[in-house]
Amino acid sequence: MPGEPMSAQLTQYLLTGVTIGAIYALVALGFSIIYNASHVINFAQGEFVMIGGMAAVSLIGAGLPLPLAIVTAVIVTALVGLMLEKFAVERARGAPVVTLIIITIGASILLRGLATLIWDKKLHPLRAFSGDRPIEIAGAVILPQSLWVLGIALVIVLLLSWFFGRTLFGKAILATSHQRLAAQLVGINVRQVLFVSFGLSAALGAIAGILIAPIAFTSWDVGIMLGLKGFAAAVLGGLGSGPGAVVGGLVLGIAETLSAGYVSSAYKDVIAFVLMLAVLFFMPSGLLGKRSTERV
Amino acid sequence: MAAFAWLASPRTGGLAALAGVIALLPLALTNNYYYDVAILVGLNAIVCVGLNLLIGYAGQISLGHAGFFGLGGYGSAILSARYGWPPLAALVAATAAVGLVAFLIGRPILRLRGHYLAMATLGMGVIISIVVSTEDGFTGGPDGMSVPPLTLAGLVLQGERVWYWIVGALVIAAVWLAQNLIGSPTGRALRALSGSEVGAEVVGIDSSRHKVLVFVISAVYAAIAGGLTAHYSGFITPGKVSFFHSIELVTMVVFGGMASTFGAVVGAAILTTLPQMLTVFKEYEMVAFGAVMMGTMIFVPKGLVPSLAMLAAARHRPAVVRAIGSDR
Repeated sequence: MPGEPMSAQLTQYLLTGVTIGAIYALVALGFSIIYNASHVINFAQGEFVMIGGMAAVSLIGAGLPLPLAIVTAVIVTALVGLMLEKFAVERARGAPVVTLIIITIGASILLRGLATLIWDKKLHPLRAFSGDRPIEIAGAVILPQSLWVLGIALVIVLLLSWFFGRTLFGKAILATSHQRLAAQLVGINVRQVLFVSFGLSAALGAIAGILIAPIAFTSWDVGIMLGLKGFAAAVLGGLGSGPGAVVGGLVLGIAETLSAGYVSSAYKDVIAFVLMLAVLFFMPSGLLGKRSTERV
Repeated sequence: MAAFAWLASPRTGGLAALAGVIALLPLALTNNYYYDVAILVGLNAIVCVGLNLLIGYAGQISLGHAGFFGLGGYGSAILSARYGWPPLAALVAATAAVGLVAFLIGRPILRLRGHYLAMATLGMGVIISIVVSTEDGFTGGPDGMSVPPLTLAGLVLQGERVWYWIVGALVIAAVWLAQNLIGSPTGRALRALSGSEVGAEVVGIDSSRHKVLVFVISAVYAAIAGGLTAHYSGFITPGKVSFFHSIELVTMVVFGGMASTFGAVVGAAILTTLPQMLTVFKEYEMVAFGAVMMGTMIFVPKGLVPSLAMLAAARHRPAVVRAIGSDR
């Protein structure tokens, strides 16, 4: 069968693309949650990914069992997110967009610096959750870790849609994102919404960082590219849209592996930004974002 | 403080003060290292004065100006080192090319606003930066490439002392041009845009044309400084094109004070010398830089020069009010 190896190769690319896409989706969700709650683009989102991965590595090194290490790392990262909101973003409320962007970028430099002090500048592997023996699917192979990535990402997406669709607090966050003043008028504690959204999105970043660490290693500067790509994914899907972040992440992951496989692996990292610019030029609200008109 | 207010407000006074500082500074520059830092300050100041026209006056964000800076630098470097062009011709050609690029992408990119403009310019900058590190046949890749020195009428321009006066003169020219632009009808149109784009259009300002114009001007400023930086240091690396460098440039503008040309110069001076001073912190350098960035934006969000000018004005005016206040 002449078509066989061709399609096996394609399947392989798609599997790899969906795995990395799920990671981008988690980072993109973090961007969207904070953007919704505060209209801040948090450029320190990538550092949450790094802190999650590095904390998990060092906690396992300290002898903690894997599940406990993961939970602790996520909690630690969420605390960092809460502190960022409390000590920086909240104090700069009402500042212009460019000021808020610089504050979060300053935070990311600070966190990266702290990471080099607490840990080091080396690459660190994390043990895969359940072995490294590849599983064969339709002529392509997939690592067990990829299944973990996809499974956990799916669970998180379902949990988030339940949280935002069914719980009072989730609805309060959505209400704040639609109309801050109106939300305040009906008694929603807008400051608490902002606080919680930073913790939540830090936790999401940490989970992404822990999930990807066994596949791609982790280090103090891993957050820069993952952060920017997650950001591109969020814009691709429509900034502020939950389903958009997931779709954007997956589209980006697949586009990236396909272009690395068929076109040029040197330009793999460019795809994210080319897609982002194309979307901004031709459909600025993204694939699934709200179409909005501006009031004067 | 009074001297400061004088420096910050009237145009000619400010320009004279700047020229005075540049003329007298060499008295304090006791070795070549200080000269080197002063030259780097001047080169960054040129970028920031241009970027301030875009961010401060027209109210448009760019997180990708290191892209223009780098294109100017690499363009000039490649034309002179690989194709044997005279460096000055290479510098002019590269700058013109960057102006053309900015003109072509300006129109679609500047239709976007606020966060979306920030994202698009960020994307543009990152794309340029990846292309520069990947095309190693031309650019030398991540290791960078060496650049021949600038020659003017057969004279090779080398050495810190020569460059100090070149860059000093260019800084004054850059500030003078920017101030003339701000004072012209175009400058008023830009400020109107920054206030309300729709409002500006209602009174007959072609907002798209003005935004593209100031975008091209700021890109040209960046490209000239980029080319000069490359020829001055004799070397250029992808770090000059990186996202981080874009952020440094924007931070200089915002730190000094948006919509203040001298603020942009002060911001460039402080943030260029800061890393040199922070080297005493050794491994804490990155932490300190991040903390300074966050701290100033949180506590001095309007930027240094406008905040100090306000402080100075407040000191002058309400002496009576303060006296009454302290009696109670």
